Amino acid sequence: MSVLVFADSTEGKFKKTAFEVVSYGKKVAEQLSTNLVVLTINANELSELYTYGAEKVVTVTNDSLDTFNAKKYASIVNQVVDAESSDIIIIDSSIDGLYLAPIVAVGLDAGYASNVVALPTSTNPFTVKRKAFSNKAFSNTVISTDKKVIGLAKNSFGIHENEVSGVTEVFNATIADSGVSSEKVERVTGKVTIADADTVVSAGRGLKGPENWGMIEELADVLGAATACSKPVSDLGWRPHGEHVGQTGKPVASNLYIAIGISGAIQHLAGINASKVKVVINTDAEAPFFKAADYGVVGDAFEVVPTLIEKLKAFKQA
Amino acid sequence: MKILVCISHVPDTTSKINFTDSDTKFDINGVQFVINPYDEFCLTRAMWFKEKQGASVTVVNVGESSTEPTLRKALAIGADNAIRVNTDAKDGMQVAKELASIVKEGGYDLVLAGKESADYNGQMVPGMLATLTDFNFVNGCVGLEIDGTNVTAVREIDGGNETLSSNLPIVVGGQKGIVEEKDLRIPNMRGIMMARKKPLNVVEAQSTVVATSTESFEKPAPKGAVKLVDADNIDELINLLHTEAKVI
Ligand SMILES: Cc1cc2nc3c(=O)[nH]c(=O)nc-3n(C[C@H](O)[C@H](O)[C@H](O)COP(=O)(O)OP(=O)(O)OC[C@H]3O[C@@H](n4cnc5c(N)ncnc54)[C@H](O)[C@@H]3O)c2cc1C
Ligand SMILES: Nc1ncnc2c1ncn2[C@@H]1O[C@H](COP(=O)(O)O)[C@@H](O)[C@H]1O
Repeated sequence: MSVLVFADSTEGKFKKTAFEVVSYGKKVAEQLSTNLVVLTINANELSELYTYGAEKVVTVTNDSLDTFNAKKYASIVNQVVDAESSDIIIIDSSIDGLYLAPIVAVGLDAGYASNVVALPTSTNPFTVKRKAFSNKAFSNTVISTDKKVIGLAKNSFGIHENEVSGVTEVFNATIADSGVSSEKVERVTGKVTIADADTVVSAGRGLKGPENWGMIEELADVLGAATACSKPVSDLGWRPHGEHVGQTGKPVASNLYIAIGISGAIQHLAGINASKVKVVINTDAEAPFFKAADYGVVGDAFEVVPTLIEKLKAFKQA
Repeated sequence: MKILVCISHVPDTTSKINFTDSDTKFDINGVQFVINPYDEFCLTRAMWFKEKQGASVTVVNVGESSTEPTLRKALAIGADNAIRVNTDAKDGMQVAKELASIVKEGGYDLVLAGKESADYNGQMVPGMLATLTDFNFVNGCVGLEIDGTNVTAVREIDGGNETLSSNLPIVVGGQKGIVEEKDLRIPNMRGIMMARKKPLNVVEAQSTVVATSTESFEKPAPKGAVKLVDADNIDELINLLHTEAKVI
């Protein structure tokens, strides 16, 4: 048997979640006293994976795989599962990972546990802890099939170095028909995405109007952060829809989430409470967000944020 | 075109989440159940196809009789008929298998499901259903057009969008964007009256195999109180974020 990890990449470059699933897969393989195999598709710089414990990297390259295609990718994962006799398959929770994993599971007749947040708490019965009820609870889930697919929640395990001298093998995969083809990809380049960001700077209706977002962008710049907003802000057209986070928007699982002029409604919190450290800046000391926050400043964003920017710049320079 | 919309019956987000029976069961006491928000977007898109392009719309739920008010609400919004598969499914795979039998028997062209349901947050049913039925599949869909049997779908990707082309029959996992929020339908009085007379068929479950099951639930450890920093002392905030939280 073996543990197979799919290390996802975009335009040849590994996503951060790829390093997280490899770090996690290494530990699961140790728990089961078995070996780890990491699959990459059209990725470069494969040796980056050795840093996180990938003893064996299996690589597939093919021009028709340049843009992600769920069915084609799933078929490749399943071919490698066969070749490597893998029993545990680990996939990240990026948008593409979530698209891929259920297809892989059905193909292998495997039980699939998504949104897993920690190492298996038992290997017999095989038990994992998963997020449930919009992050308001966890479910301890037993997977009872022989083959098991684990979807690892973003930023739940972390990236851990574990340098090994790995080997890379080329795998000749059969490319499946998929029935769905990509016509056009539109991506904002040069901007940190909410999905990939370590830090997210988010602002709400407390900012009064779109003209006031300059300081939010500057703060994000200083921190290398992505910008986000509450739902009313995108509904009002102050910010693009892609920035809306929360229950009905994008989920955020960053290390640091800074909420400025956001009240902290339950639907907002549902989407962001997987973030590790939350900082709230709000004029109203009674704003519900303070109950969910780690650090808070009761104050006017128009005073606090410029000071914060100035002090952070000084801090970064020191 | 025959459309099937998969409706998941979930606690409203503002519900308190508690467990009973030594933390093995979700406590439904005082919980208000609603149509899963993503499924509402899908249902509204289905209504659009019905009105603009001619289609029949069936809604389906895999669940026990307690989910019927949710299906009636979907009928009040405008679905033509409803199916309930009578079982308390243990996991997404079981739901997908039940839905797959419904899809195969019903000869649907388009199956709409939400990207994710707000209870166990599986994010698995649409992909499993598509694979079990061998339908085409687009997930995270924020725009959908159908012309004859040609499908053009836009899906969200990290930092942008991707336009895809495909054909019917297809399963689409939808989210906000497949219709805009302002266009969401709410049942009116006439819809509610009509819904009472629309057919809601109950069928028995087929599959019993369980791949995964919840042993127990738990709630996150209570969070410590927020540390407040004075607005005149932002240096302290930076210090805490650097030395204590280690995030900058
Ligand atoms: C089904 C449903 C789904 C929803 N999904 C989402 C979702 O996904 N995401 C989401 O965000 N919301 C969602 N909502 C909306 C949510 O309930 C709240 O209405 C919304 O989050 C409020 O946004 P806000 O905090 O920006 O605005 P407000 O609630 O208006 O809060 C503004 C805050 O700014 C503070 N403030 C004012 N001036 C200043 C200042 N000068 N400096 C600092 N602070 C200031 C105020 O004290 C206040 O706390 C949903 C609602 C429903 C019903
Ligand atoms: N019990 C169910 N009955 C009908 N449809 C469901 C059920 N559970 C999930 N779905 C559909 O699958 C989508 C994704 O759910 P999930 O995979 O549970 O996150 C939901 O938005 C529904 O459209």
